[in-house]
Amino acid sequence: MLKQLLLKELRTEFRQKFAINGIMLYLISSVFISYLSFKTIVHPATWNALFWIILLFSNVNAISKSFNNESRSGFLYIYSISSPQKILISKLLYNSILSLVISIIGLLSYLLFIGNIIQDISLFMLVLFLGSISLASTLTFTAAIASKTNNNFSLMAILSFPVIIPMLITIIKASKNAIDGLDWSISTNLIITLLALNIIVAALSYILFPYLWKD
Amino acid sequence: MKSNWWKVIAVVFVLYTIIGGLLLEVPRLRILHETIRNLYFHVTMWFGMMIILTVSVIYSIKTLLGGKTENDIVANEAANIGILMGFIGIATGSIWARFTWGTWWVIDTKLNGAAITLLIYLAYVVLRGAMDDREKRARICAVYNIFAYVMLIVFLMILPRMTDSLHPGNGGNPGFGGYDLNSNMRMVFYPAIIGWTLLGVWMMSLRVRLEKLNIALNKE
Repeated sequence: MLKQLLLKELRTEFRQKFAINGIMLYLISSVFISYLSFKTIVHPATWNALFWIILLFSNVNAISKSFNNESRSGFLYIYSISSPQKILISKLLYNSILSLVISIIGLLSYLLFIGNIIQDISLFMLVLFLGSISLASTLTFTAAIASKTNNNFSLMAILSFPVIIPMLITIIKASKNAIDGLDWSISTNLIITLLALNIIVAALSYILFPYLWKD
Repeated sequence: MKSNWWKVIAVVFVLYTIIGGLLLEVPRLRILHETIRNLYFHVTMWFGMMIILTVSVIYSIKTLLGGKTENDIVANEAANIGILMGFIGIATGSIWARFTWGTWWVIDTKLNGAAITLLIYLAYVVLRGAMDDREKRARICAVYNIFAYVMLIVFLMILPRMTDSLHPGNGGNPGFGGYDLNSNMRMVFYPAIIGWTLLGVWMMSLRVRLEKLNIALNKE
């Protein structure tokens, strides 16, 4: 059932494509505008911060649309044949995959345009992976909450930013360590914090989603 | 809550806190000197906030389990009062920081956590304003309230203990418990907590009654 739901999400995306195209446009244009203004960035803190800001806003744009295309009849059908937890997990997995795709493409275009100053690429990839999934899980939950109200996008941003800020601080610190080429042992605390925050948010959304979904 | 005895206690304890807190003997510690009196206001305000927000989340859980919107009204007003107390807590902490650390604000885990927690609860207020249907609003806001409370616990209690922090009681700094709460600071500390909490509950109960009257009026 879970696999079917996930495949349905992916298939919808392949058919409509508007979400992924919009995001790619957003991502690539942000990187390009940064390139035009900065030419190249060698200062690690700036490189890092700009990268994660671009990634954050692309993710917010992408995931805010994830709960929108639930038509009334489609929603009733899905609700009747599977449990709300499965729906949430499928959305969570789909958004995580989307977020990972965004981060990979974002990283590649950023490296292409703005230049590569990463010294420890493996730690950076790990932080990228964990960071994207954490952002995706938080944003999925707040998108679910915001989709039940009328003014979708701004409300979702308002709801998600306070929770995302500590996550982002942890992510930015850890990726800065990766860029500077520091030893893994210095960042383990940060990575554990990130993992813990991620698990807490995911577990909360798993428990609370059925109450959101009853309509 | 028809009786009034607890309101009298609230007023008496708050007055005692203010007068006794400023006039009674306090131990002298380095750097802190007389500012340790802020303990009665800053720390007790945070304790009161925790109690009120716990009340809020309990009523949110009750809303989700039972479905009655009266519980949601209480949860909402408790969250509002909790936000107020949080602001006062941060303000008193900032004043304390000005006198002991020399600056109004530092970039520190506990302080960031406190600010972010307040932002989360302010987002709760925004969420509340975004919906009109009472049942749906009760349910969605209850869900977000539970989320906000867990985040409060994480950001205020768990994260600061894990990392370095300038704030007393976290990150390797000793809290105040060992030093002087053995002595006569306890005599003002505990009544202060009770006083602020009861004052908060009084404000909350007034707002709940006001809200219920509003709903009853609008129905006619």
